[in-house]
Amino acid sequence: MSLLEVRNLRKSYGALKVTDDLDLSVEEGELHAIIGPNGAGKSTLIAQLSGQSGSDGGSVRFDGTEMMGRAMHRRVRAGMSRSFQITSILPGFTALENVASAVQARSGSSFRFFSPVAEESALNDQALAALDRVGIADRAFFNAGSLSHGEKRQLELAIALATRPRLLLLDEPLAGTSGAEADRLVEVMRGLKGAVTLVLIEHDMDAVFALADRISVLVYGRIIATGTPDQIRDDPQVRAAYLGEEEGT
Amino acid sequence: MRLIPNRAWAATILFTAFAVLPFLAVALDDSYLVVIASRILCYAIAALALDLILGYGGMVSFGHAAYLGIGAYAVAILSRAGITDLGLHMLAAIAAAAVFALVTGAISLRTRGIYFIMITLAFAQMAYFFFVSLSAYGGDDGVTLNARSTLFGQTILEDDTALYYTVLVLLIGLYLLAVAITRSRFGRVLTGARENPVRMQAIGFSPFRYQLTAFIISGCMTAIAGVMLANQTSYVSPAFMNWHRSGELVVMVVFGGIGNLLGAVAGATIALLLEEWLAVLTEHWPLLFGLILVLVVLYSRDGLSGLFRGRR
Ligand SMILES: Nc1ncnc2c1ncn2[C@@H]1O[C@H](COP(=O)(O)OP(=O)(O)OP(=O)(O)O)[C@@H](O)[C@H]1O
Ligand SMILES: [Mg+2]
Repeated sequence: MSLLEVRNLRKSYGALKVTDDLDLSVEEGELHAIIGPNGAGKSTLIAQLSGQSGSDGGSVRFDGTEMMGRAMHRRVRAGMSRSFQITSILPGFTALENVASAVQARSGSSFRFFSPVAEESALNDQALAALDRVGIADRAFFNAGSLSHGEKRQLELAIALATRPRLLLLDEPLAGTSGAEADRLVEVMRGLKGAVTLVLIEHDMDAVFALADRISVLVYGRIIATGTPDQIRDDPQVRAAYLGEEEGT
Repeated sequence: MRLIPNRAWAATILFTAFAVLPFLAVALDDSYLVVIASRILCYAIAALALDLILGYGGMVSFGHAAYLGIGAYAVAILSRAGITDLGLHMLAAIAAAAVFALVTGAISLRTRGIYFIMITLAFAQMAYFFFVSLSAYGGDDGVTLNARSTLFGQTILEDDTALYYTVLVLLIGLYLLAVAITRSRFGRVLTGARENPVRMQAIGFSPFRYQLTAFIISGCMTAIAGVMLANQTSYVSPAFMNWHRSGELVVMVVFGGIGNLLGAVAGATIALLLEEWLAVLTEHWPLLFGLILVLVVLYSRDGLSGLFRGRR
């Protein structure tokens, strides 16, 4: 049984079918990349899988349990986390507090009113470790809103990691990062392989083909091909629909 | 430039000033000073309570006067029933406020922004007209209390200074409680949900439960202010929950600086003092007050507390 099993997933915005009867299986432990042209519906798919937006129909099974109809925070608690294509952080919190909040969410009740949370070293230590992993430990005590764009992307990943997901849905984690930052994030993802199941949406084809165990190609809300990087590279349909287009530009 | 090194110092100075004020009143032979200061402290509690949800939770309640009224009517209704103990008045006020906040909060929190403001206002107006129609308690005119609440069976609160210190102790206690809450796990979730609710959901929190809990805590604290205000004026009427008054509470919070608790206390103090002084100068004092508010908000986004810190 696959860790994530998506069947007949649908979503329309008016007449536009953004997710069109989509099927997808993600095996435990694999890094499954999803590529596709702009507007193909990749972010919409992540939003549907994570529970941020509703679906018009279909089924999303995670570890055998139907997730459809469950709110986003409950899917996170079940082990499905995500990162956002457009950075979503708590700008008035420090970087450390951003990540510590994610640790807090899975460590006991937050209906505690009296003891200062800033002094909970168990939360801070884990948060610092996550920041260190993505390479911005030196920014721990900076306001998240004041970080550079690339650092915010690193923070975004650290927050997602801190929820300790079994399945991590990453929506273009490399978008807008500098070369060095991107290298670091690719290293982090490589380090996660095997330990965490990853769904990676990414336009950076070098990163995708270097990291992915399997790749699915999403065009107009449908998966037109799934296979190993080699299979995808040689697939004529994919070349026509997507990669060819890339080479043309 | 920082005139006051931190909030703990500022709080110590402010509360010490309040603590010595009755001695000043004796020295000046001005007993009215304690009366007006008691009123200020009651409003400071209410403004503090509002700042907890407005400043930290991003919930602009435009109906918080309803809780002042609930607290005040708890005193009026229980007193008439022969129950005079302050502790019981408090308990009844807190329980009634909690129920009202639970029901209205659960509905209001389905909305955001201007709709949240309007719906909290609408609920407060409903409470207002409920008490207007309560003819057993004077309807529109309200009721005069025959006596103040009793403390451990004693009538010591009849003494204005004793009442004053009781309110001051409550204010300090609730201030410390509010500070603790904002620094706690709960406070972090509350603030995070204000900053970015989607992010909080994406790490596994459902903001609604935390926001509703904060809304209830704030309502209960405001009801405590209402209990003390009824005792201070010895008079209870629907005017306690007039929407003007809800607006005044918001003004106090904005005036003092949103989201630092002590600012709400300072804001209530200065707003009421200005009201006293300007009213002596001219009957058009709201105009002057409005002008001052505009200047403070224009020149310091953090209200008066921002002026102390200098401009950002
Ligand atoms: N809230 C919305 N209302 C209407 N249309 C939407 C909405 N969100 C997305 N769309 C449309 O759905 C389509 C898919 O958008 P989506 O963001 O999922 O694409 P994507 O594959 O992530 O693209 P990109 O590579 O640019 O990030 C686009 O045509 C977009 O305009
Ligand atoms: Mg996208």
